[in-house]
Amino acid sequence: MSELTLTAIRLGLLALLWAFIFSIVSVLRGDLYGTHSAARGRGRGQSAPARAAKPARRGPTRLAIIEGPMRGGSVPLTENGVLIGRNPECTLVLSDDFASGRHARIYPGGDGWLIDDLGSTNGTYVGSERIGEGTPLPEGARVRIGQTVLEARK
Amino acid sequence: MALSLARPRTRRNTELVLLIIAIAIVLVAYANVGLAIEDSLPVDFYTVGGGFAVVAFAFHLVLRWKAAYADPVLLPIVTLLNGLGLVMIHRIDLAPGALDDAAPKQLMWTVVGVAAAVALIFLVPDHRRLRRYTFSFGLAGFVLLLTPLLPVIGRNINGSRVWIGLGGFSFQPSEVAKILIAIFFASYLVQTRDALSLVGRRVLGLPLPRARDMGPILIAWIASLGVLVFESDLGTSLLFFGLFVGMLYVATERRSWIIIGLGLFLVGTYVASILFAHFQERVTLWLNPFAPGMSDQIAKGLMGMAAGGLFGTGLGQGHPELTYYANSDFIIPSFGEELGLVGLFAILALYGLIVERGLRAALASRDGFGKLLATGLAFSMALQVFVVVGGVTRVIPLTGLTTPFLSAGGSSLLANWVIIALLLRISDQARRPATDTRAERLASEDTQVVTTRAPHAQRGRA
Repeated sequence: MSELTLTAIRLGLLALLWAFIFSIVSVLRGDLYGTHSAARGRGRGQSAPARAAKPARRGPTRLAIIEGPMRGGSVPLTENGVLIGRNPECTLVLSDDFASGRHARIYPGGDGWLIDDLGSTNGTYVGSERIGEGTPLPEGARVRIGQTVLEARK
Repeated sequence: MALSLARPRTRRNTELVLLIIAIAIVLVAYANVGLAIEDSLPVDFYTVGGGFAVVAFAFHLVLRWKAAYADPVLLPIVTLLNGLGLVMIHRIDLAPGALDDAAPKQLMWTVVGVAAAVALIFLVPDHRRLRRYTFSFGLAGFVLLLTPLLPVIGRNINGSRVWIGLGGFSFQPSEVAKILIAIFFASYLVQTRDALSLVGRRVLGLPLPRARDMGPILIAWIASLGVLVFESDLGTSLLFFGLFVGMLYVATERRSWIIIGLGLFLVGTYVASILFAHFQERVTLWLNPFAPGMSDQIAKGLMGMAAGGLFGTGLGQGHPELTYYANSDFIIPSFGEELGLVGLFAILALYGLIVERGLRAALASRDGFGKLLATGLAFSMALQVFVVVGGVTRVIPLTGLTTPFLSAGGSSLLANWVIIALLLRISDQARRPATDTRAERLASEDTQVVTTRAPHAQRGRA
């Protein structure tokens, strides 16, 4: 095998290696210029629920965490309901010492959203009222769970 | 109604394209070795190359089927690293004076590793299930860690008693123990992190936790010291302790843990450097690799990398085999010699990307256990690469750890494939839309089972 061919293969291999790395980085450019993955990020909070809200449901489309240890995050309200609590099984897992394992759930009802307290220790409050089951959740309503305050937003 | 929901892309096709590129690079490298050394394509180019590709594509198909939302770049990166390792091991086998056929063995272990990873993807559809066996994993991990000390099966190879042998078959249990203990730490810390970070007194401005919360931590420290003292394995000891301190810090967000951890570590290394002769030798060689009358392994590795220069001598055209353990502990200098600084940095970038994807899976994960486990696994891989590369380039004293996916060594390869499978599983869970997993369970309220046994979940409800 001629020296020239071997040199070409040798440098070609290095070029291929780096081409591979750059193609991976281009796949991951989302990591560099904003995120799709984290629940607090913009990607899910805004784009996904906008599409999720299609089945002509009025009222809020997402829950924003406005007070408490996880302030700044938000979760979309989906047709399948949102289970809130400290249990890792929940849709919205709170790191709040005053929340119960399975604290509350929000689910579609009528043409809006309803919220149930699931027998939590410290209660679920909508506005200033401690709720039981089937409380409607209009847009702008504030839900307090432990030290966390959630707001239903469009 | 669920169909109308916007689904995140699975990105499996991206993975397929990257995987094809990765396998192509491995095949080019393999052909390069044959052309340079034997002046022709390797005889088994199509069979071995094809077999390697089949194994990688099989894993890809399993991911399509069982973990469709898993991270798309982990498998291609790992396939490339494993393949490059195979090529380099094969290349060192071909060198004159090479003793054994390490490459076929490594190829067999690759298949075993992929099979283990596939089995894990099948057996663990949700990583949170692992939490059910927290203390079983912890116990199994520590027992495995200490098995090399047993009289019959323990083996002392090259001054370190970290092997067990059964028949003609030897295995390094600490590699598997690392995973089990990472699972144990993650699960334990998710349960106790509130107590660890909130309860306790302040001593000298550092918040110290209560003794009962400290218990398992001190046991972990003692176990890692035990490995150091009785098995003379500095690298594993460092890895375990680093993994532990790192996860504690991530779990509690208390900087005091890093200070306490580094303090304990410094005390440990200082005492070890006084007590153990082989440790002093390592430090001497670190400071002066050309010390007369001592091992010239580091010096040869350095010379090899220097000979490689910026672009390397080319695969099959250098002499990495002159260094002892050129295909395992010193595989990084072997790559440095034949692929040069440019190639070595490409390899380091690949490791960086694996770690980045691991941490990204941790960020995206919605449960504390997944977050901690992914962080711990990613951090342990970062630490291991740092310790190995730092050791051979004289940043820190040399310790015997394997380079993940590259080094010849079955247990390391197997363990690293399992780590990747866990990261894939966690990233799959993190990106999988809620409808796929939770819809049915939320809908049928009466059949819902709360699977965790975390005390905090019960405390909240009490």
